[in-house]
Amino acid sequence: MASTTAAAAPQLPGTLEGQLGKSPARRRPRRRRVLALPRSGKVVLGLVILGAFVVLAIVGPYVAPYNPSSTNFTPGLHPDAAHWFGTTLLGQDVLSQVLVGARPTLVVGFVAGAIATGLSMVIGVTAGYIGGATDEGLSLASNVFLAIPGLPLLIVIDTYLPQGARSNTILIGAVIALTGWAWGARVLRALTLSLRNRDFVEASRIIGESRWRIIFVEVVPNLLAVLASSFLFTLLYSIGTYVALAYIGVTDTAQWNWGSMLYWAQANNAATGNQWWWFLPPGLCIALVGMGLALLNFGIDEFINPRLRAAGVTGRSRRKVKLSNRPRLGLTPVVEAPR
Amino acid sequence: MTTLARRLGVYLLTAWVAITVNFLLPRMMPGNPVRILIGKIHGRVTPQMVRAIEEQFGVGLHQGLWSQYLHYWDQLFHLNLGVSIALSAPVSSVLKQTVPWTVGLIGASTVLSFLLGTFVGTYLGWRRGTVFDAVLPVATFFQAVPYFFFGTVLLLVFASHLRWFPELGAYNEALTPHWHWAFVASVLRYGQLPAITVIVSSVAGWIMGMRNMMVTTVAEDFVLMAVAKGLPKRKVVAYAARNAVLPSISNFSLAMGLLVSGALLVELVFNYPGVGDLLLTAVQNEDYPLLQGIFLVITFTVLSANLIADVVYMALDPRIRREA
Repeated sequence: MASTTAAAAPQLPGTLEGQLGKSPARRRPRRRRVLALPRSGKVVLGLVILGAFVVLAIVGPYVAPYNPSSTNFTPGLHPDAAHWFGTTLLGQDVLSQVLVGARPTLVVGFVAGAIATGLSMVIGVTAGYIGGATDEGLSLASNVFLAIPGLPLLIVIDTYLPQGARSNTILIGAVIALTGWAWGARVLRALTLSLRNRDFVEASRIIGESRWRIIFVEVVPNLLAVLASSFLFTLLYSIGTYVALAYIGVTDTAQWNWGSMLYWAQANNAATGNQWWWFLPPGLCIALVGMGLALLNFGIDEFINPRLRAAGVTGRSRRKVKLSNRPRLGLTPVVEAPR
Repeated sequence: MTTLARRLGVYLLTAWVAITVNFLLPRMMPGNPVRILIGKIHGRVTPQMVRAIEEQFGVGLHQGLWSQYLHYWDQLFHLNLGVSIALSAPVSSVLKQTVPWTVGLIGASTVLSFLLGTFVGTYLGWRRGTVFDAVLPVATFFQAVPYFFFGTVLLLVFASHLRWFPELGAYNEALTPHWHWAFVASVLRYGQLPAITVIVSSVAGWIMGMRNMMVTTVAEDFVLMAVAKGLPKRKVVAYAARNAVLPSISNFSLAMGLLVSGALLVELVFNYPGVGDLLLTAVQNEDYPLLQGIFLVITFTVLSANLIADVVYMALDPRIRREA
């Protein structure tokens, strides 16, 4: 989100600079600090990939050339002009399935990611800030949820759901969120713990601000980067889990998503039958979405940990100034701001 | 020892939660799924089996929840997990046949993946900013690919096309499962491609974690000190790596859960006769007793693996040992 502002920003100063004369040199650093995050190529690439798939999820069902469930076509066609991604052994158009399947896959991911991040924030910040027995209990709960293997538990829960509920993307997303919050909660708890004893929090406590105001105004804003990273991580986890659930046939196999496409491909031995066009498109879509998320997370990681950020600039730029490629031991590399 | 005892306590609690969830789910789920299942299988299975399922899931019993719960624990202690509907065999004996395959495959690939990822990550962290950083985006991509999809691609390319590896199964069907060399060799041969799938899919996480931690550790004073003292490079790297590997091991439980989930589905791709394959059978037939048995076995296996990781962590980090 911040990045869209970043992309739009360069146009604005054009008009302002003309009016203000030589001020841009002085204003520049400040603008940078606000938009520090989304400058690296990785982040931009990640945003482009994700944006493309979000658009796909929105318009997919409208631009799909055929009905994805229709079995009227010649089975097992190679990709050609009429069927860009070929047809399945059941005579369905693969491209239409990919397009229609984008929406449920992403919806489950976003629902689960949002709920899980919300849960982890509430639980992590509460545990870290309030401490004592509350902390013990909540930490124990997150350790337990961390240790239980998520996918098998979800398979058990979802198999007990009535058939109709298994095609409900919101419900499935909410159930996935139940198993995905613990990691974020642990990280946020540790951070809150270190924040609560900082001077500025101490100061607002002395002033007599209410506990909730301190939490939401002093603590949470400092957690935003980690929250964002945690959201992206759970989003990735949820999409992977949903696809896995669909692949094993737990969710409604008649509903098109990238996982159920792979389920049908597997059930018809697409791999050993050499029908690569059947399983490659959904699989690559999942991988691309995942990669976009991971790239964004890289950016956030480098934002949180400047030591990692410096590593990105070394390589080529070091060689240019004839610096050794050996790591400079004991020194935190510093990136100098371009003049 | 207190640290280990505390971890053990968490795992015991986790096991209790898993068992209790297993007990409560079929009883609390709206729509009474077990009754529907019994209606479906009526006539297909023996009346004794219907009776056994009713007893296991508390359908039509005039018994309080608490006494059902005690009965459930009693059955569990006698390793009685009920009868599989799809396979018409006791769940515990079905699991006894399949679990060794899964534990062997996942165990071997987890250990290999961890070692490989840690070594590569150490090197990348030490030599960061060199051409080797090109590994990172590649690793990111593999981190995002679902294990089972990657397995499908490998199966198509290396087994069906190039014929470098056997296609499906866990051993040559012409051989009888027995402890002799030809059979063991066949198992190793058939296990290669599934293991490679799991290793390549999971190694990226270890590489990234180790590399990032190594980058941070190399900037510490003690590393500078070691270099200034003139220690050989090998030793300096070893000192740094020993400190950098700790978060990797303490994150083991998170990674383990993801890895096991992924590896179970890889078994499906390769028709590997392990728990993952059994899971598919259970899901397709709504075989609740089998499904619950699998869930318990997987949970216990993962918890044991976590405990091993904790012991390793203590061996590597003296600070934790001294705390005791």
